[in-house]
Amino acid sequence: MRRILSLARAEVLRIVRDRATLVQIFLVPLAQLLVLANAATFQITDTPMYVVDLDHTSTSRGLVTRFTASGHFEIIGESSSLDLANDALRRGRATMVLAIPRDFEASLVRDRRAPVQIALNAEKGAAAGIVQAYASAILAAYSAELGTTLRPSIGAVRAGIAGGQLGEPPPVRGAARIDVRTRSWYNPALDYRDYMVPGILVALVTVIGTLLAAQNIAREKELGTLEQLNVTPVTRAQFITAKLLPLWVLALLELALGLVVGHLVFGMPVRGSVALLFGVAGIYLVAALAIGLWISTLVETQQQAMFVTFFIVMIYFLMSGLFTPLDSMPRWVQLLAELNPVRHFVEISRAILVKGAGLRDIVRPLGALVILALAALGVSVRQYSKRSA
Amino acid sequence: MKALLGLLRKEGYHIRRDRRTLVVLVLFPIIQVVLFGYAIRTDVRNVRLAIVDPSPDYATLALRTRFAATDVFRIVAELRRPEPLAQLFRSGRAQEAIVFAPDFADRLARGLPARVQIVTDATEPNTGSAMQSYALSLIRDYERDLRAAGSAVRIEPELRLRFNPTRESANLFVPGLLALILAIISSLMTAISIAREKETGTMEALLVSPLRPWQIIVGKVVPYLAIGFVSVLGVLAEAHLVFRVPVRGSVLLLLAEGMLFILASLALGVLISARTASQRVAMMGALVGTMLPTIMLSGFIFPVESMPRVLQWIAGVLPATWFVRIARDIMLKGVGIAYLWPETLVLAAMVLVLLALSARSFHVRLE
Amino acid sequence: MNDGPAAVVIRATNLTRTFGRFVAVDHITFEVRAGEVFGFLGANGAGKTTAIRMLCGLLLPSSGDASVAGHDVYTESEAIKRDIGYMSQRFSLYDDLTVRENIRLYGGIYGLSAARVRERTGALVARLGLEHVVESPVRAIPLGWKQKLAFSVALLHEPRIVFLDEPTGGVDPITRRQFWEMIYQTAAEGTTVFVTTHYMDEAEYCDRISIMVDGRLAAMGAPVELERQYGVASIDDVFLRLARPEGS
Repeated sequence: MRRILSLARAEVLRIVRDRATLVQIFLVPLAQLLVLANAATFQITDTPMYVVDLDHTSTSRGLVTRFTASGHFEIIGESSSLDLANDALRRGRATMVLAIPRDFEASLVRDRRAPVQIALNAEKGAAAGIVQAYASAILAAYSAELGTTLRPSIGAVRAGIAGGQLGEPPPVRGAARIDVRTRSWYNPALDYRDYMVPGILVALVTVIGTLLAAQNIAREKELGTLEQLNVTPVTRAQFITAKLLPLWVLALLELALGLVVGHLVFGMPVRGSVALLFGVAGIYLVAALAIGLWISTLVETQQQAMFVTFFIVMIYFLMSGLFTPLDSMPRWVQLLAELNPVRHFVEISRAILVKGAGLRDIVRPLGALVILALAALGVSVRQYSKRSA
Repeated sequence: MKALLGLLRKEGYHIRRDRRTLVVLVLFPIIQVVLFGYAIRTDVRNVRLAIVDPSPDYATLALRTRFAATDVFRIVAELRRPEPLAQLFRSGRAQEAIVFAPDFADRLARGLPARVQIVTDATEPNTGSAMQSYALSLIRDYERDLRAAGSAVRIEPELRLRFNPTRESANLFVPGLLALILAIISSLMTAISIAREKETGTMEALLVSPLRPWQIIVGKVVPYLAIGFVSVLGVLAEAHLVFRVPVRGSVLLLLAEGMLFILASLALGVLISARTASQRVAMMGALVGTMLPTIMLSGFIFPVESMPRVLQWIAGVLPATWFVRIARDIMLKGVGIAYLWPETLVLAAMVLVLLALSARSFHVRLE
Repeated sequence: MNDGPAAVVIRATNLTRTFGRFVAVDHITFEVRAGEVFGFLGANGAGKTTAIRMLCGLLLPSSGDASVAGHDVYTESEAIKRDIGYMSQRFSLYDDLTVRENIRLYGGIYGLSAARVRERTGALVARLGLEHVVESPVRAIPLGWKQKLAFSVALLHEPRIVFLDEPTGGVDPITRRQFWEMIYQTAAEGTTVFVTTHYMDEAEYCDRISIMVDGRLAAMGAPVELERQYGVASIDDVFLRLARPEGS
């Protein structure tokens, strides 16, 4: 125990002395948190739209107005040329083209139905889906609105009778109606920041912790100081523990700081128990830092340490549900992601902070974290060798 | 000129000797593109749905069958009472619930509005609203089928999805991945290579030699540019063969733009290392400083247009933002330089500014 | 310090280490007795450091046997580490910690009590004349003092044997002299000193020396004996004879 404390104390002194790194450890993440929290949103407010209205009636104008009034669309150009519209789409000036055909109003009155053409830049698959949903909703609402004002003309009714549609039940009363209410739990305002701030926080603490751990032993190998430790009776477990402990405290501090900032600046919800969150964070950080130290024992130079860290951290981030939903990933990726500590911790921290989950709700990912932490510790202790090859 | 050639040869030796790093530089991008090309998708599938049906009968069962029949939803729980929902949601076992009112079928039959509630876990708003609208449209379809056809006014959209008709995620993300991985690897490479020379003291020797600062920088950048080129070729071939991402525009133009972009990233790395003293600080700067912002701001995942104005400006400073756009435009839209010259100019200007700044930083050290 | 033959504390038998096809240490056999100052001489790259690293448990031998302080280098390397001190060729204390902090760190690692560490720190600092830099980061003090500090740290836990790998490399002649005085004092206190060097004049200070050429032990014995055996005036000449046997 005294050995661990002595080593850990020296480690702390060395971290504190390295001012440039210390500044980076605390300032860079905070600055990034403040900036990046606003970046992560799929919400599409002003989709640039190009309008080709060939009908020029009050009904077609009405439709265009419904689009602009929704707040989701912004008209960036209007003409009667489809070629111009396509060019705008290709140049990226417009994301959507709305084309209303010449006899739009007339066919609505006559047939009670009319087509409009919507061309979407579907390059960004998901974003396109959302724009499409917005557009469909506007069209449906406008249809319903028109249903009450546009009475079928006598001609249409006659045509209907002539077409043998008399057998239809009268559409006014007794029609099936389903009254759907929607509830968005946990995030009724659909604010992306509530979701992203915990995630970004985890990402920042992870990348810094992993990098510091990964370059730590590699740096001592480069400087030659490791050799002096290797001729002492320090055991491998003592060594790894002493290396891990200061970084663990540092990362927890960083997490606490980030939580306070996230809460105060972004009003990030804290619905569950903070103590539980930190308890889980403690376990998570053992896993993340032990993996960092493991990298460090594997490599010879800091340069190699950094490239491996880069590789691992990319996997951490992009295969964790941090930015894109885990549920959409193929089965084998989801299985692979079980090995990713970030995946479990992101899930838990979102559950605790946003949903107010308790210990009972997070048993499964917590169990996975405990197993990962133990395995990572075991592997890094085993991998660390006091002898060179 | 001869001195410069000597320097280039020296860098070549360094890279060749350090096999492990060379493997990393060529192999990592290729592995990552495969992994992430499969992993990153934003389409919503397999939504874990809970059904709360207090009094099951023909109407609720008919609607439930419709939910079961799509591959969007997977029914994970069928309940009689809504109380257990809270726990299902908190533990993440359910993401969405359809809650029927007890008198649903009865009211439906009598022509009264039948009540049903859609509850979604909106922790992640995008998925939340997508799930909601899928469920809503299923219910509306059902409603419409119940009603007599032809009674309501309908505006029917004829939808055409341009450039990526299947809305395949890989088409969107693979060009972005190309930018992301190249950006980070390139800036890391030069940043650490120079910081290392500073730490070991060999940079002093170069600085006192008759080499001019710009020659030292060129000597550092050119070999890595060559490696970067090999990486780009590998990743592009992979994108085409594994993910069937189309390259509708000119491959040559794409390669040229790719080189310009790698140059910008390398120059960024040179600048970082010119301004830092130790490998550790350069690493933190290059990795922590570039990774998350590039992932989040470049438009790789989150659309730049959705960001607040200020962030759009910040995104504009990142070379990756421009290359993500260029790569997607060439690969998916098939446009040529006639459309892309503004982006290309911005990238070129960035390269010049970054190189000039780092040459200056080297100069300052000499005085 | 004692009469009669002292106990053997280091024994190597056909100790060999290869790196790929390169044979760094080639079947060396020797014994070191308690209280000796044993010199390991050789040109750069002769295999001295490889040999010392095997004895300290930092490197596994390829073949042969060796024991240090009665412990086998293959199976009991951790037990060896409790009984030895080691000073590497390359300065390997933390240069971002102060003199006092470095001493305290290693004191803690070797399990010295806090009071004992304080006492040893005071004694060491006084002996080395480092009083005025004890609170400065090691990076700021001159190389000669750093080396003395490294030596003292290697002796902090009063080991039975201390291994010094080129302790005087790059140090000025006056400091070298002082360094050897410290080595003598250490030996006089009963610690066995195993020292490598490529300065031939330092060989004369050792009780016994062995000369390594290309991984092999070319000669071993007391300096005076070796000079007599080869009929030359100094160890320098002995070495030249061994290194270029056909030459002169």
